[in-house]
Amino acid sequence: MPYALCFLLFMIGLYCAVVKKNLVKIVIGLAIMEYAVNLFLIMLGYRTGGTAPILDKTYIEAGTNKIVANFINTSVDPLPQALVLTAIVISLGSLALIISISIRIYGKYGTFDITEIRRLKG
Amino acid sequence: MTKVLPAFVLIPLVMAFVLPVFGKKGKNIATVLANLVTITLFVLAIACIGKSGVYQVGNWSIRVGIILVLDGLSSLMLLAINLVSAAAMLFSARYMEQYTAKSKYLSLFMLMVAAMNGLVLAGDLFNLFVFLEIASLASYALVGFGCEHEELEASFKYMVLGSVASSFILFAIALVYGNTAYLNMACISKSIQASGLNIGLTFALALFIVGFGLKAALVPFHAWLPDAHSSAPAPISAMLSGIIIKTLGVYALTRILFNIFGVSISVGWLLITLGLLSMIAGAFLAIGQWDFKRLLAYSSISQIGYVVLGIGLGATLLAKKANPAWASLALLGGLFHLVNHAVYKSLLFLTSGSVEMSTGTRQLKEMGGLAQRLPVTRTACTVASASIVGIPPFSGFWSKLILVIAAVQAGLYWIAAIIVFVSLCTLIMYLKVQRYAFLGELPENLQQIKENKGSMLVAMAVLAFLCVLMGLLVIIPSLRDSILKPAVDVLTVGPKHWEIAGILKM
Repeated sequence: MPYALCFLLFMIGLYCAVVKKNLVKIVIGLAIMEYAVNLFLIMLGYRTGGTAPILDKTYIEAGTNKIVANFINTSVDPLPQALVLTAIVISLGSLALIISISIRIYGKYGTFDITEIRRLKG
Repeated sequence: MTKVLPAFVLIPLVMAFVLPVFGKKGKNIATVLANLVTITLFVLAIACIGKSGVYQVGNWSIRVGIILVLDGLSSLMLLAINLVSAAAMLFSARYMEQYTAKSKYLSLFMLMVAAMNGLVLAGDLFNLFVFLEIASLASYALVGFGCEHEELEASFKYMVLGSVASSFILFAIALVYGNTAYLNMACISKSIQASGLNIGLTFALALFIVGFGLKAALVPFHAWLPDAHSSAPAPISAMLSGIIIKTLGVYALTRILFNIFGVSISVGWLLITLGLLSMIAGAFLAIGQWDFKRLLAYSSISQIGYVVLGIGLGATLLAKKANPAWASLALLGGLFHLVNHAVYKSLLFLTSGSVEMSTGTRQLKEMGGLAQRLPVTRTACTVASASIVGIPPFSGFWSKLILVIAAVQAGLYWIAAIIVFVSLCTLIMYLKVQRYAFLGELPENLQQIKENKGSMLVAMAVLAFLCVLMGLLVIIPSLRDSILKPAVDVLTVGPKHWEIAGILKM
């Protein structure tokens, strides 16, 4: 169910980016898409009642095998978190670039309406 | 040999941050440095031919760490990338003098080269995505480099479709990770072979095809390409058409289809359909264009169709378990056409840049008789046109011939007929360029124009020589066995180094 909602969010972003006529709304649509993907990634590593994937004193009860088993059974998957951090940085970079281009377009054309920004044809 | 692999990413990446420091005053030093870097990388790429190996970044275990992988396919792509970037950089040394902020241009160019080298060397899906995004970001910025109305509009369009594609690809990577718990390509491939495709992985495959199809500008997804490629500065158009769409789109898709998911007949036919659509639609749209660079951009769509057709044909034959020699031939044709197109299309864009710099226009109707004024540009353009059309001694002829033979061997005569037909359409569009730009009467206002000098001529001459000589890659058996055959083998039998490095034993 959460995955379906996440996919719905992705489709909302895609709809917004493809259908809307305003540059700023298109950028917002792209951002929603990226957030949906980030949310999906982080949900892959989610575990109800999970602990941080760091070995500390609380694991030490008895014997090495017990520690390892405890750790495996309770810790969340750390890899998606690392991936999400990277993906957020990348999407931040691309959003910053696309917003600065939008500002330059507004300076040149004086409008955010994409139907009026049409010099390239054919 | 694997010790040099990080250099392909590190040298240009470091230079990308060093070059802007030179600013306006030191831009000549920055240009020389940038040229040295691209030429060094090209020499390194030549040294990597026929080698294979794995470099573990930071000595982490292969399953969780970052690895750089060199095999036949990556070394072929490295060769193409660094050849085109060396030529484009040589050309920009003089061409980019028209623009302000040259050192920023050099910096973005270096970033793009670093990301593309990293993309073809990446051994896991997430790093492939990271490098893909860096290359895309650099190319969005370079398309809008002129900051005029058209450039900004094209850059915005390119960026919206590019970001949608990137989101699709990241979503697909997340699905693959969720279903297999691996990011390393070899481990994913092993896991998929063991358990087969489930719904999640099939959906991921569909997302990959759409995402990389957008990046490669295959026909239903091609809307951004003509704007972006015709608005960028000429050397960047050469990079975009010559290399970017192939590395970001075709290479990544091929790697994922053949080496990770494994080929199936339906996916093979999907690729053949996309390829044929791109070939025909691209060629028809190109014939109607009067803007020199726009015509070349549409022609790129048509030519990328040939590459995808060859790869799709190979995939279908492999999945049918037909004669393996037939599949190898189709893949050889596709990959050889990829390299050929990188050389002649970048040459064509460089000549269009040279014409634009001399005449100040891109409209074919405003030109004419340039053959007397721009003899070297004219010769280069004629060689490249002959090559793209497929006139016998030139490179394009050999790759198209291989594709035709592969289609006939597979019993698909209608595909062979379409390949020949699209070649005729290509002939028409390049005769149009020759007729309106270089032959006929010289208009009054263009009487005083002069041929461009120096590095621009050298860059065009080098690429023109290669157009003539590239045919040797398939004619001479030793060259074919050392450059093209390893790349084909990676696709047909899987990368050998995976076993050698012991990745699969994990």
